[in-house]
Amino acid sequence: MFEAFDALMLARIQFAFTVSFHFLFPAFSIGLASYLFVLNALHYSTGKPVYLTLFQFWKKIFALAFAMGVVSGITMSYQFGTNWSVFSDRAGPVIGAPMAYEVLSAFFLEAGFLGIMLFGRSRVGPRLHLVATGVVAFGTFLSAFWILSVNSWMQTPAGFEIAPNGQFVPTDFWQVIFNPSFPYRLAHTVTAAYLTTAFIVGGVGAYQLLRKKRREDRPGARTMFSMAMWMAAIVAPIQVFLGDAHGLNTLEHQPQKVMAMEGHFDSHPDGAPLILFGIPNSAEKRIDYAVEIPKLSSLILKHDLDAPLAGLDTIPEDEQPPVGIVFWSFRVMVALGFLMVGIGFWSLYARWRGTLFSDRKLHWTAFLAAPSGLVAVIAGWITTEVGRQPYTVYGLMRTAESVSPLSAATVGATLLAFIVIYFAVFGAGTFYILRLMKTGPKPIEDDRPDGPIRTAGITPAPSIDDKFIPAE
Amino acid sequence: MAMDLTLVWAGIISLAIIGYVVLDGFDLGLGMLFAVFPKRRDRDVMMNSVAPVWDGNETWLVMGGGGLFAAFPFAYALILPALYIPIIAMLLALVFRGVAFEFRWKTERWRGVWDLSFIGGSALAAFAQGVTLGGLIQGIEVDLATRSYAGGAFDFLTPFSVLTGLSVMIGYMLLGATWLVMKTEGDLQARARFWSWVMAVGTVASILVVSLFTPYLEPAYFARWFTFPSILFAGIVPLAVAATVVLLFRSLHVNHHDYRPFFLSLGLFVLSFVGLGVSLYPYVVPPSVTIWDAAAPEASQIFMLFGAAVLLPLIVGYTAYAYWVFRGKIDPEEGYH
Ligand code: HDD
Ligand code: HEM
Ligand code: HEM
Repeated sequence: MFEAFDALMLARIQFAFTVSFHFLFPAFSIGLASYLFVLNALHYSTGKPVYLTLFQFWKKIFALAFAMGVVSGITMSYQFGTNWSVFSDRAGPVIGAPMAYEVLSAFFLEAGFLGIMLFGRSRVGPRLHLVATGVVAFGTFLSAFWILSVNSWMQTPAGFEIAPNGQFVPTDFWQVIFNPSFPYRLAHTVTAAYLTTAFIVGGVGAYQLLRKKRREDRPGARTMFSMAMWMAAIVAPIQVFLGDAHGLNTLEHQPQKVMAMEGHFDSHPDGAPLILFGIPNSAEKRIDYAVEIPKLSSLILKHDLDAPLAGLDTIPEDEQPPVGIVFWSFRVMVALGFLMVGIGFWSLYARWRGTLFSDRKLHWTAFLAAPSGLVAVIAGWITTEVGRQPYTVYGLMRTAESVSPLSAATVGATLLAFIVIYFAVFGAGTFYILRLMKTGPKPIEDDRPDGPIRTAGITPAPSIDDKFIPAE
Repeated sequence: MAMDLTLVWAGIISLAIIGYVVLDGFDLGLGMLFAVFPKRRDRDVMMNSVAPVWDGNETWLVMGGGGLFAAFPFAYALILPALYIPIIAMLLALVFRGVAFEFRWKTERWRGVWDLSFIGGSALAAFAQGVTLGGLIQGIEVDLATRSYAGGAFDFLTPFSVLTGLSVMIGYMLLGATWLVMKTEGDLQARARFWSWVMAVGTVASILVVSLFTPYLEPAYFARWFTFPSILFAGIVPLAVAATVVLLFRSLHVNHHDYRPFFLSLGLFVLSFVGLGVSLYPYVVPPSVTIWDAAAPEASQIFMLFGAAVLLPLIVGYTAYAYWVFRGKIDPEEGYH
């Protein structure tokens, strides 16, 4: 019995580790693919060299991030079977189909046009190259669409019945795909990916602006920074709004999760407080040192100061999610969300004052906030996934029933291998990305319409020889 | 319903797997061959010859796994825990080789390390795939009452699965070497031709040994190959293999055939796969679970069939287009990458 618990815990840690690592890359590359498309389109329509300079620069970074996304993603597609074989057997008839659609409609599309986008500009010409870039961006969106549909079905299952052999059998695929939490999750996560990218691009732009020592700005720095700050100013407030809508939807379908996020161990019959900070004490079932604003939680969740809100005391012990992790990860995400809104408004103010490219405090803040999207995204997912415990299929199939019949030793050994290898390999990749970001873009003469036929990109020789300027 | 959807899906999954073997096989083989092409310039050319397409090639692996999950969830749930160790080894190996495509251009000092990671990752991935295959052919212990794998973590490890592991390595190297014959010129091509020859000999030997071994693993396999009337059909396969082998050696002998060796080697793989199908059918998890036992319910099959019918032809179309864009010999001077 004790051993079985161990294998389960290890399988969960392994899955959480590999999926969190995987998601870091798509969160960045979904947004970056669209950004590359925008840059390519701007260059195509205006002919300004700066857009090509930026395109070539971010393309190299995209190639690295994408490669890491792919190899960590291939792992994910087998982790369902290796770690959750019972779950796979039972839920496969329902979620297998959307996952197969993801492969057929998204992964092949990305992969098929990625080569052309990265290496083929001189071979297919600027117009088809622009199309290929657009197709890759669309492919990353389709990936998100299908996998989030799958994940949402596990959170809010719909459109199925349970067969005598225990399998979930689809009755209505429309309901399976467009299950109740899916639209909210899709909107919130894709927006999250755009913000993640905006803050990374903005951080690099800010860094390059800060590095200007003598006379001039580094190439492209102003353009990147300005574009990124527009995104932040417009999209961050939208994200807060979408997050709120997502939360209300969760309250409807997974009330325990919201109780854990809010830290409401007790029910509040006449208006629940919003706990800003505090230390969840699960043993005593209360929040220690709570800093709270009376009745605000009821206002946010029910739009009524005095509305009653149920707490975890109404939920059987064995159906409660762990409060500590969910409470904290949720606060991290929300705090970063407001930080992003703040930076966005600050940039608007600076723009209005005409100091967007000279306000060093703003540049330092944007530089330090570069990883904020990545942190928020992981925090958000931890809230979502831990908050739905103890279930894999909400309310119907428990995590403990889902696990593969493997020994703790086997899972433990592979978990160790994953940790060591992921940190080593993806650590190196992150280092290369950071080094590229530090160097910054190199100016590229415009080659339109018939410049030298030589592709650059993640060029072998040129990226080593600093003096060689690749002329795509 | 007149058409048996389960059979259709078995066909689609088989196509995905053979698609994977045919496409990723050569780039894994090329990775292993890095070991015998130590010169920096040669390696640059070799890697450039597959860089634009490797991601698409590996997507067929996701399709095989994802398709199995969707169409035969019970089989997916049995095979992955049973072959847990070789599968995880394969995934980690693919991490090492996949990132090498990008990382080796990013560093001078560590290039050797990423070259090694490319060679080692390709070799381990190929070996693990072969072991997985062998582990499946030799049978998986299933507890039908609990619908779960009933064996231990190391049950897969037998002389037979090691043999299939090595065979797949050799076969992939044949694909990689003949790919190079097709995509390169001059001295590099001459050496690729030599290695094609070596690997062709190795592949033929492997096919022979594995084929002699397989019928004795399960009585059902034996019956399939050596009793009337199935021998009538099964017998065609070895004949076709023999013919392909003869053509392959001839094409390697005559120096002006650049394309033929590669396509003949692919043919050899397809035929071996058909031979395998002859042995396994109708089992997806031998010796106890047939494709019908493992199939997803009809509603799932139909829903996915729409997608497959529309999207698979599209995929084949634009994949072919991508290969077309990057067709022809790799020009080392072009520095295209
Ligand atoms: C840049 C990233 C980012 C930012 C700034 C925010 N979120 Fe978020 N949030 C995510 C990225 C994210 C996410 C990673 O995309 C999650 C995880 C799963 C999901 O559906 O979206 C998520 C989940 C998530 C959930 C859980 C829903 C569930 O599991 O059912 C809630 C309630 C919120 N968010 C609410 C907010 C609010 C109120 C925010 C602003 C103040 C906010 N999020 C900012
Ligand atoms: C990509 C971002 C994601 C992150 C960061 C993430 C994170 C996590 C974490 C932290 C856990 C562990 C929870 C626990 O055991 O207490 C978990 C579990 C799990 N997640 Fe996710 N997840 C992500 C996406 C997905 C998606 C898209 C799916 C399904 C399609 C999924 C399916 C699962 C499953 C099956 C488990 C195991 C059961 C469990 O322990 O909850 N996850 N995930
Ligand atoms: C357990 C859940 C997941 C599985 C099984 C999975 C599977 C995969 C696989 C197999 C790939 C490689 C595709 C290729 O060969 O080109 C991949 C890449 C990708 N995945 Fe995931 N994935 C998961 C979670 C997610 C989530 C939550 C998102 C987005 C919201 C996502 C978005 C992407 C994208 C955009 C790519 C393209 C590569 C990249 O951009 O880095 N995945 N995933």
